[in-house]
Amino acid sequence: MNQASVRATTGRLQQPYRRLLRRRGSALRADDLDASHGTILYLEDITVSFDGFKALNALTLYVDAGELRCIIGPNGAGKTTMMDVITGKTRPDHGSAWFGQTIDLLALDEPEIAQSGIGRKFQRPTVFENHSVFENLELAMAGDRSPWKLLAAKLSGEQRDSIEQTLQLVGLKDRSGARAGSLSHGQKQWLEIGMLLMQRPRLLLVDEPVAGMTPQETERTAELLLSLAGERSVIVVEHDMDFVRSIARTVTVLHEGSVLAEGTIDQVQNDPRVVEVYLGE
Amino acid sequence: MIRIMRLGQVRHAAPAAASGGDFGGRVFYAVLLAAALLVPLLNLAVPESSALHLSTYTVTLLGKYMSYALLAIAVDLVWGYCGILTLGHTAFFALGGYAMGMYMMRQIGSRGVYGDPLLPDFMVFLNWKALPWYWHGFDSFAFALPMILLAPGLLALAFGWFAFRSRVTGVYLSIITQALTYALMLAFFRNEMGFGGNNGLTDFKDLLGFDLHRDSTRVGLFLVSAGALGLGYAACRHIAASRFGRVVQAIRDAESRTRFIGYRVENYKLWLFVFSAVLAGIAGALYVPQVGIINPGEFAPINSIEVVIWVAVGGRNTLYGAVLGAVLVNFAKTWLTAALPEVWLYALGALFVVVTVFLPQGIVGFLRQRLGAGS
Repeated sequence: MNQASVRATTGRLQQPYRRLLRRRGSALRADDLDASHGTILYLEDITVSFDGFKALNALTLYVDAGELRCIIGPNGAGKTTMMDVITGKTRPDHGSAWFGQTIDLLALDEPEIAQSGIGRKFQRPTVFENHSVFENLELAMAGDRSPWKLLAAKLSGEQRDSIEQTLQLVGLKDRSGARAGSLSHGQKQWLEIGMLLMQRPRLLLVDEPVAGMTPQETERTAELLLSLAGERSVIVVEHDMDFVRSIARTVTVLHEGSVLAEGTIDQVQNDPRVVEVYLGE
Repeated sequence: MIRIMRLGQVRHAAPAAASGGDFGGRVFYAVLLAAALLVPLLNLAVPESSALHLSTYTVTLLGKYMSYALLAIAVDLVWGYCGILTLGHTAFFALGGYAMGMYMMRQIGSRGVYGDPLLPDFMVFLNWKALPWYWHGFDSFAFALPMILLAPGLLALAFGWFAFRSRVTGVYLSIITQALTYALMLAFFRNEMGFGGNNGLTDFKDLLGFDLHRDSTRVGLFLVSAGALGLGYAACRHIAASRFGRVVQAIRDAESRTRFIGYRVENYKLWLFVFSAVLAGIAGALYVPQVGIINPGEFAPINSIEVVIWVAVGGRNTLYGAVLGAVLVNFAKTWLTAALPEVWLYALGALFVVVTVFLPQGIVGFLRQRLGAGS
């Protein structure tokens, strides 16, 4: 952790150089990511305020490469705002956000961040309802996104295979040609996770994946998320404590915009401050 | 307005991929081909005394419908496929028309009322001594043709660049497209603009050496319009069925989601908008020699709204529906404005209400539903 913050500090110093070197809008690839120090995401001292209300208050958080991290916290703790900062939807008033050693998230906009290897799954499943399941994955597939290229683009055998594999992984192989709007709630969530995977992200942000799922669907989702970590890092924001217990190795508790506690699920659940925040009043 | 905005996003009967079957498209090509074969035959080969003879007036009318249909698919491409409800597309149509009109004005030469070899009649009338700089080059078709594409294309590029980059969407975008065409109308009404002001450009004699008053030229213009419609349809169909087209439809359904998976939404919208504007410009350039006049009235916002109604009546997001709507509504207009001229605008309004409330997918959607239920 110590080493990481040193690293991020030197990163901050180099920032002006990097802005000079990289033309805005030039394509960033996931390959540009340098997570050689074992940490993939550095959030330091992030503050976001909306009309004086501090949604995030000097939040500092590090996520390791390959880690599956659960973030919990009461409503208004800043979980969604944190995701918004990472994906470029919200600009913090203060602080720094680095993806690996070299990518300054605060210098990029939403599509650039998506292309640099951060995928986000929203709370409500937002798949493209009028497109087929296959087309949804095709849309999300990593690759050239320029209008001119896509006018003439044909799927290569390799790309088709990668879509088929993802269909298999998220358990939607037999629904490939179905309209995404006709899927069940749980299937839409898996499709969305599949779409994230097609972008070959190095970091997955998953917002309340099991809200509204049946117990069987929840169980399958837990398996799916566990199988995804390792090769990539996964951050899961979730309310359902049983679910968190079933997947979490490290849990971070947010409260009023900053980190209240961090540790294994048992440590966190026995922490008196956490108990107070959750059950206190 | 809000209701019609939503129409662009309503559920569709089949996933986007299913349009690969494109039954309606085959019907469209067949009808177009039949018209292209029969119309010249019935006009030129059948004697006037025969009941089967097609009058030149009708040929020109059909040619005009062809150019309207091309305008309609241009609007369907941006509205039906990308959810951009443009209420100013006749601005591009009129610009293409003016470019063609300028060429034909220069072709008049010394045959004008005032007999000036260089200046068009309206300039002589205004006592102008020299041709304004932007009229130079229009004596050659090789110059006018790219202008027909460039004038609407560049306007769409500039307008779209600002509008889409600033993420103006929905009703606000519709309103500024209206403002765009309205501003152009006011500008073109001014004599100082040098486009004939109020009267516009007219009194055309010939096009590429063909006398515009001859039947064979009229038939030729009809054929070129039909050809342009066929090619325009094929191009739009190709775009819609490509991966580009699927991205565009994703933007229509969930714009911010599309942005989050890494697409530069504004570039896609801009590309599509410019292409559509160029198509509209070509339609305008084909329209003007057939009706024989282009004036600022073509920029009137009501015209653009009418195009949207054609598309809504025929059925959005199908392309052939736009063609069907354009032809049907204009046929009704031709008939009604002759029989009961004062009723037309009310009829148009009523048509719009009826379609919005009862046929949200237009005639094509209704037919599909019927056929689907029948089988």
